[in-house]
Amino acid sequence: MMDIIMNISSAVFLLIGSFLCVSGGVGILRFPDLFTRMHAAGVTDTLASAMILTGLMLQNPDGLVILKLIIILLMTLFISPTASHALARAAMINGLKPMLDKPADHEGGMSSKT
Amino acid sequence: MTSVFLLAFLVVIAVAIVRMRDLLAVSMLLGIYGLLSASFFVTMDAVDVAFTEASVGAGISTLLMLAAITLTGRSEHPTRHKPVLALFVVLITGCLLIYGTLDMPYFGSADAPIHLHVAPHYINNSMQEIGIPNIVTSVLASYRGFDTFGEVVVIFTAGMGVLALLSVVRRAENITKIDSINDSMHAEYLILRIVVKALIPFILLYALYVQFHGDFGPGGGFQAGVIFAAAIILYAMLFGMSTARRVINQSVIQFFAAIGVLLYGSVGVVALINGKSFLDYSALSADPVAGQHLGILLVELGVGLTVASVMVIIFFNFEGRRDVLQSQENNHKGDN
Repeated sequence: MMDIIMNISSAVFLLIGSFLCVSGGVGILRFPDLFTRMHAAGVTDTLASAMILTGLMLQNPDGLVILKLIIILLMTLFISPTASHALARAAMINGLKPMLDKPADHEGGMSSKT
Repeated sequence: MTSVFLLAFLVVIAVAIVRMRDLLAVSMLLGIYGLLSASFFVTMDAVDVAFTEASVGAGISTLLMLAAITLTGRSEHPTRHKPVLALFVVLITGCLLIYGTLDMPYFGSADAPIHLHVAPHYINNSMQEIGIPNIVTSVLASYRGFDTFGEVVVIFTAGMGVLALLSVVRRAENITKIDSINDSMHAEYLILRIVVKALIPFILLYALYVQFHGDFGPGGGFQAGVIFAAAIILYAMLFGMSTARRVINQSVIQFFAAIGVLLYGSVGVVALINGKSFLDYSALSADPVAGQHLGILLVELGVGLTVASVMVIIFFNFEGRRDVLQSQENNHKGDN
C-alpha cells in the first residue's frame, strides 16, 4: 500500500516537473524578449528541477540517496536564481530594456533593441 | 538509443560551432558540447571520465575561454582567403584515419586485444595488488602512473607557457585604493557576493572530498584541482582581481604548481631508490598494498596541487594582461 502511494506521488511529481521543463523550453523559444525568456528558463531551473528531484526522492527512499538529492536541490535553489539575477542585471546595465506593452506597435516585438 | 540522440546533438553543436562567428556563443556551445559528452560517457558507464569532462570540458575550459575572449574581442575575423588547401589536408587526414580504423577491432568486440590481455588483468588483480575499490583510480594512478605523470607535466608546461607569454610585472597596489574600489563595487554585486561567499566554503570542501575520495568513488586529483581552482576564480571574479591577488599570492601559487609535479616525480624516484621500478608504489612501505595506498594518495595530491595552481595561474595572468591593455588604452585616449 505504502509502495503504491509513493510510486504514484513520485510519478505525479515527475510528470509536473517534465511538463514544466517542456513549457520552459517552449517559453524560451516563443517569448518576445530576453527578460521573459529568462523567466521561462528560471522556471525550468528552479521549480521543474525541484519537482523532478522530489519525484526522484520518493522513488528511492534510501537515506544517503535522499541526502544527496536534498543537497543537489539546495544547491540549485541557491545557484539558479542567482545566475538569473546576474544575467538580468548584466542585460539591464548594458542597456537592454524590457519590452513594455505598446498597443499600437507590433513591429519591434521580435528583436529587442540594444 | 540515448547514445544515438546524444551523438546527433554533438554533431549538430559541432557544426554550429564551426559556422558561428560570435566567439562568446562559440565558447558557450563548447561548454554545452562538454556537458553532452559527459552525459554520453555516463551512458557508457565511464563515470570517472564523465566527471572529468564535466568539470574540465564544461566547467573550467569555458571559463578560461571567456577570459581569453575578454582579451581578444568577441567576433571572429572574416577569413580573407578560401581555405581550399586546408580543406584538402583535412579531407586526406580524415580519410586516412577512417581507413586506419578499418583494421581495428569492432567497438566492444570481446576478442579485441585490450579485452584479452590487459583489461582482465586489471579487473582480476587490482583488488589484491592495489587494494582500492575504484579500479579506474588504480589504473590511472598506479598501473598507468607514468602516463598520468606525463599528463601532469603537460599541464605544468601549459601553465609555464602562459606565464612566459603573458605575465606582467606589477607594482604592489595601494591597500586603501583597493578597499575603496571594493566598496564602490559592493552595492553593485551585493546579491552575487553574498551567495558566492556562502557557497565558496562548500565548493572547496567538495573539492577536498573529490580529492581524497578518488580511491573509493569517481574523482581524483584532476577533478579536485579544477573544482578548487573554480572556487578561487569565482572569488576573483566577484571580489575584484586586486583583492584576489592579495588573498592568493601569485608566487606561492607558482611554487605549488612546481611542488605538485615534484611530489609526483619524487614518489617515483623513492620507489627507484628502494630497488623497484619507477612509480612502483609497493616499494614505499613494508606491506605492498599499504605502499600502493600511500603512493596513490601522494600522487593524486601532486596532481591536484598542480592542476589547481595552473588553472589559477592561467586565469590570473589572462586578467592581468587585460588590466595592462586597459591602462594602455586609457593612456592612449589621454594623449589624443
